[in-house]
Amino acid sequence: MCTTCGCGHDEMKIEGVSVHAHEHIHADGTRHSHAHDHRGPHGHGDDHDHTHEHPGQEHHGHAQAAAQGVEQARLVRLEQAILAKNDRFAAANRARFAEAGVLALNLVSSPGAGKTSLLVKTIEKMRGRRPLAVIEGDQETRLDAERIRATGAPAIQINTGKGCHLDAHAVGHALDELPLSRGMVLFIENVGNLVCPAAFDLGEAAKVVILSVTEGEDKPFKYPDMFRAAKLMLINKVDLLPFVDFDVAAALSAARRVNPFLETIQISAKTGVGFEAWLSWIEKGAVAVGG
Amino acid sequence: MHEMSLALAVRDLIEEAAEREKFAKVKCVRAEIGALSGVEREAFAFCFDLAMKDSVADGARLEIVATAGGGRCPACGRETPLTMIYDACAHCGAFPVEVTAGKDMRILELEVE
Repeated sequence: MCTTCGCGHDEMKIEGVSVHAHEHIHADGTRHSHAHDHRGPHGHGDDHDHTHEHPGQEHHGHAQAAAQGVEQARLVRLEQAILAKNDRFAAANRARFAEAGVLALNLVSSPGAGKTSLLVKTIEKMRGRRPLAVIEGDQETRLDAERIRATGAPAIQINTGKGCHLDAHAVGHALDELPLSRGMVLFIENVGNLVCPAAFDLGEAAKVVILSVTEGEDKPFKYPDMFRAAKLMLINKVDLLPFVDFDVAAALSAARRVNPFLETIQISAKTGVGFEAWLSWIEKGAVAVGG
Repeated sequence: MHEMSLALAVRDLIEEAAEREKFAKVKCVRAEIGALSGVEREAFAFCFDLAMKDSVADGARLEIVATAGGGRCPACGRETPLTMIYDACAHCGAFPVEVTAGKDMRILELEVE
C-alpha cells in the first residue's frame, strides 16, 4: 500500500518501479501479496468465522463482527461520487500546478493518432522558450519516455498495467519525480483511448484531443464524452489528406456539434504545418496560468 | 474498461465506510449510474463482482439505479430529455443543451450487517 496516500494500485508502475508493491513476508518466511488493505476486517462470501494464526503477527482481524453471529441488517447512506477520490487527487494536482505556475495539458487520442511524434516535434520547436516536462502514460514499456528524453526534455513513464487510462493519483506520484518550475509546460500523454480518460480528471488545465486524418471523421459522435471534455482538437497528419478520404469539414462539423466551444487546429507533425497556431495556443495558456 | 477502475473506486469507498461505520459485511450496494455517465452498466456489474472479492462487500448484490439523461435548453429555457450529450432541445431544436441529469455516478447506500 502506498504510504503517502493509502491506496493500492497493484499494477501501476512509475519508471518500471511499482508504487504499490504490497507484499508481506511472515515470520515463518512465507510471502504473499494482497489486493486489499488492512483497515478493516475481511468479508467472506459465506458466513463462517475463523481466525488465522500467523506466527508472531497480529494483523488480519477476520473474526470481529462476523464472530458475534448477530444478523442486524441496516442501511448506511453514502451519497458519494464514485470518482470522489480521483477528483480529490486531481484537485491536489491542480493546486500544485497553480502554485508552481505550470501549464498542464492532458493529451488524449486513439492509439496511433500520432501523440508521441507530435510531442517530440513540439518539444523541438519549443526548446529554449520555456521549461518543458512530460508524463507518459502507456500500459506497458518505457519506449515513449525514452523517445521524449532523446529530445532533452525530462520525462517520467507511468505504466498502467491493464489500466486503460491515467488517474490523478498516479500523476501525483509522477510529479514527485519531476521538478516543476515557474513557466513550465507539462504535457501529460494519456494512454491511447478515447473512452476512459474522459472520466478521469488529472488536474490539467485542458484536455487536447488529437484526431488524425487516417481515422474516421465521425469519431466525435462515437466518443462524445471526450470531445465534449476537450478544449482543443488537433487534426493531425494533414500532410496525408491527398491520399485519404477524410473529410475535414465533416470532422469539424461533428466536433462542433458535440462541443460548440471546441477550438481546432489542423496540424502535421511530419511537415510542421499548423505548429505556429499550436505553439501560440500553448503560449497563451502558459501566460494565463501565470507562468 | 474504466468500469474496473470505477468498481475498485467503489470498493475503496465501501472499505472506508466500513471502518467509519463499523460494519463487517455488505449485503447490497445501491449505486446510481446516469445514462450520460459513459459507463456501460453491464460491464460495471461484471467488474463489481470481481472487484469486491475479499472485501467486506464480497458477494454483495449490486442494485443499479439508472437515471435518465436530461438538460435545460439555454435558448427556450425548457427542460428536455437527452439520450446523448449532444442532442438538440426537443422543443426548439437548439444546441448545446446544458446537461442537468444523467451524468452522475454515485454510491447511494449500503445494506450492511
